[in-house]
Amino acid sequence: MAKKKNSWLAAPFGVWMAFFTLIPLGVVVYFALTDSAGAFTFDNLLGIGQHAGTLLRSIWLGAIATVLCLILGYPVAYSISRAKGVSQQTMVMLIMLPQWMNFLLRTYAWMTLLENNGLINKFLGLIGIGPLSMINTSGAVVLGMVYNFLPFMILPLYSVMTKIDKHTIEAAQDLGANGLNVFRRVILPLSVPGIITGITMVFVPAVSTFVISKLLGGGKDMLIGDLIEMLFAGTAVNYNVGSALSLVLMILIVVCMAVMNKFDDGEETGALIA
Amino acid sequence: MSNSVISLKDISVSFDGESILKNLNLDIDYGTFVTLLGPSGCGKTTTLRIIGGFVEPDSGDVFFSGERINDLPPHKRELNTVFQRYSLFPHLNVYENIAFGMRIKGKSESEIKDKVTAMLRLVALGGYEKRSVSTLSGGQQQRIAIARALANDPKVLLLDEPLGALDLKLRKEMQVELKRIQQKLGITFVYVTHDQEEALSMSDIIVVMNHGEIQQIGTPVDIYNEPENGFVADFIGESNIVDGIMHDDYDVEFCGARLKCVDSGFAKGEEIDVVIRPEDVVVIPVTDAKFCGTVLSSTFKGVHYEMIVEIPNQDEDWLIQSTVSQEVGREIGMTVEPENIHIMKKYTGDYAGDEEYADSAEG
Amino acid sequence: MKTLSKIYNILIFLFLYAPIVVMIIFSFNDSKSRTVWKGFTTKWYAELFGDQAILDALLLSFIIAILAAIISTVIGAAAAIGLKSMNVKLRNFMMSLNNIPMVNPEIVTGVSLMLLFVVVYRTTGLLQPGFGTVLLSHITFCVPYVILSIMPKLRQMNPYIYEAAQDLGCPPARAFMKVVVPEIMPGIITGMMMAFTLSLDDFIISYFTSGSSAQTLPVVIYSMTRKRVSPKINALSTILFLIVLFLLVIINFRQIRDSAKEREKEQVKG
Repeated sequence: MAKKKNSWLAAPFGVWMAFFTLIPLGVVVYFALTDSAGAFTFDNLLGIGQHAGTLLRSIWLGAIATVLCLILGYPVAYSISRAKGVSQQTMVMLIMLPQWMNFLLRTYAWMTLLENNGLINKFLGLIGIGPLSMINTSGAVVLGMVYNFLPFMILPLYSVMTKIDKHTIEAAQDLGANGLNVFRRVILPLSVPGIITGITMVFVPAVSTFVISKLLGGGKDMLIGDLIEMLFAGTAVNYNVGSALSLVLMILIVVCMAVMNKFDDGEETGALIA
Repeated sequence: MSNSVISLKDISVSFDGESILKNLNLDIDYGTFVTLLGPSGCGKTTTLRIIGGFVEPDSGDVFFSGERINDLPPHKRELNTVFQRYSLFPHLNVYENIAFGMRIKGKSESEIKDKVTAMLRLVALGGYEKRSVSTLSGGQQQRIAIARALANDPKVLLLDEPLGALDLKLRKEMQVELKRIQQKLGITFVYVTHDQEEALSMSDIIVVMNHGEIQQIGTPVDIYNEPENGFVADFIGESNIVDGIMHDDYDVEFCGARLKCVDSGFAKGEEIDVVIRPEDVVVIPVTDAKFCGTVLSSTFKGVHYEMIVEIPNQDEDWLIQSTVSQEVGREIGMTVEPENIHIMKKYTGDYAGDEEYADSAEG
Repeated sequence: MKTLSKIYNILIFLFLYAPIVVMIIFSFNDSKSRTVWKGFTTKWYAELFGDQAILDALLLSFIIAILAAIISTVIGAAAAIGLKSMNVKLRNFMMSLNNIPMVNPEIVTGVSLMLLFVVVYRTTGLLQPGFGTVLLSHITFCVPYVILSIMPKLRQMNPYIYEAAQDLGCPPARAFMKVVVPEIMPGIITGMMMAFTLSLDDFIISYFTSGSSAQTLPVVIYSMTRKRVSPKINALSTILFLIVLFLLVIINFRQIRDSAKEREKEQVKG
């Protein structure tokens, strides 16, 4: 290809990203470090301490949801990756389909199912259990997260698993590994990159959600997303504190991802080549 | 049967309705270097995968040391494979790759260590234990794949075109290396290749295959000198194959010339194929010649000149090799010594040159 | 083992689809109840199409999605080609820039854009929250996905065909249109469709950047769910589900066809 000659084509993109990605992040930092009068201050960041409970709860619920997604999603991803041609494509599509339906509506559907006089309790009543109070609990929030983000776990896992060379698996069998050994010694370690991607793709939206906690948690136990929403678009507008929180959330996620990637590098150099 | 470590009896396989192997029978003796040789799609890789347990034959039996192993899954078979593209475990280093099979058998750490060291020495890669496999060159990866398979002390090592991805020089080196390893360990190697030169230089026994059928089994010398049919002759080395008539024992006619030969036992007047190796054609003055032709081209090949010669009333031009170049357009006389004339029954199938190179069925 | 994994998969798919199925069924329920079936009706659909606020929001969402898809595809396709011919250092920098909107939590992207628009509006009076700000935001988060769907196609492309075209006497610009563009067309179309669905589906970023004058459909839905009232919302979900289903089937069909073609190519090569 004509080297360099076409580079200018990326210029509009560069300018756009500078204006609408870098500068906005700069503005967030600016707001986080100033008071309402525009004077420099650390108060916003130092004030985060009083929201520590919210922050920890967000991380905790997000982590539970992520682990559940991994446990639930891994076997599905594996069996899809082993399926043949058309049925594989169909299953992938079936996983993607709900994901592309507006997630407010999906969450709303759960709202109606989990209600005290909702369908699940009606059903439980028929077999003599309940009614359980499910809506407006942390459990409902985690359920909502798992439901909405499960595909984000399954798809990267699946795509890494399909890239595992079938000859590598045959080589393991050839060297005496039975089904379990093949899984434990070859497939699991080779799917680590997918696990890492899946964890990030589930954890990031789960930890920062405000919709799921509002709809299924009833807004009782606030998450960091609720707090940010409140400070920017809700009842207690304060851009400075809100920016500080956003900054902390962002740093938190960057740190998490850096840790994950480190783990990935340490264990699995070359795993992506397969 | 008692001498055979592996016996295949009446094996047939087809994929998607396409027949890959047809009633294949093959006995492989202990301690031999056996090569399955044939063009792409001939069924050689499938044969190997049947022995390895990765392909189940539609019919027929597989015996290992006299025991039927059709239903034995790959991980329980006492043989190991060196795969086409090495298939090393990318997440494990060199040491762990070689240790893989022993770990599964639950061998002790010290035993594993000794074996890995010994294996690395065997393949001349001592000191590479800690290296990541992705940092190795193709040739080194190939050696590790061999070490990994041999670390399990298999009775038989299966090798599926293991040198195909290497460059020529490395390939030559590895051929010598593999032969040395096989002789040192004294175990059976079953080697798959489409490269006739490779097969000739390494094997004790060559099994030539085409279209899912065995064409000839024999030592490299037999296969080269006494090809049983036109396919083998054409596939092993370059040959001129011409129609001929056997007038009597030791008396053959081709290209309008009657020549003495060393073959007998054909019916009088039987139509046969005559195989002449390009290096066996002797150029002589036209006046003394039994048959003549016109030189169409002459190409310098290093050791000799390769010439294409048109002979009147023949469908195909001849290929001849000689250390002396002949002028293009000149008419030359030719003859062949009786022992260099190979007579074969008429072969009706395709020649190797007509093979389509589509390897999909062999996967 | 096989049946066990089959049963497990079915349970997971049940989990994924049960809420949607329930929602679709109850969109035809002749009652406001979300649990008791009172008979079949299509009145919620009728009511939905009589609701001007929803129809306006739907129209707005479509206009924004179409514009965002077209603009982000143009920017993204140009960028992908530009990036390909860039030196490695600069390209890596640009690619990490490209990653920011994808790894950043949506809420942070949303509030950062909101703050930008607030600041610009306060200082210059431009970019009042509304149609323009939503469109700008949507393009911003769509472009990275367009780039990511085109890049692999460019990587697969034989780099010499562009030179071959020029060698055969085609001027560079025309060689580019004749040879490179058709090669990466599948990526461009997938990217554009992805941008369209992402934009149509987006709630969080629109929520922070729309203001009161340009509420897209998801923003309107959100305010409806907050009030938890009409089964209209079920009817709306059903319709949107069918639209997405339709789009996905097309995308998926294209992918199956592409991969089949690639397989064919590989076989010919092999």
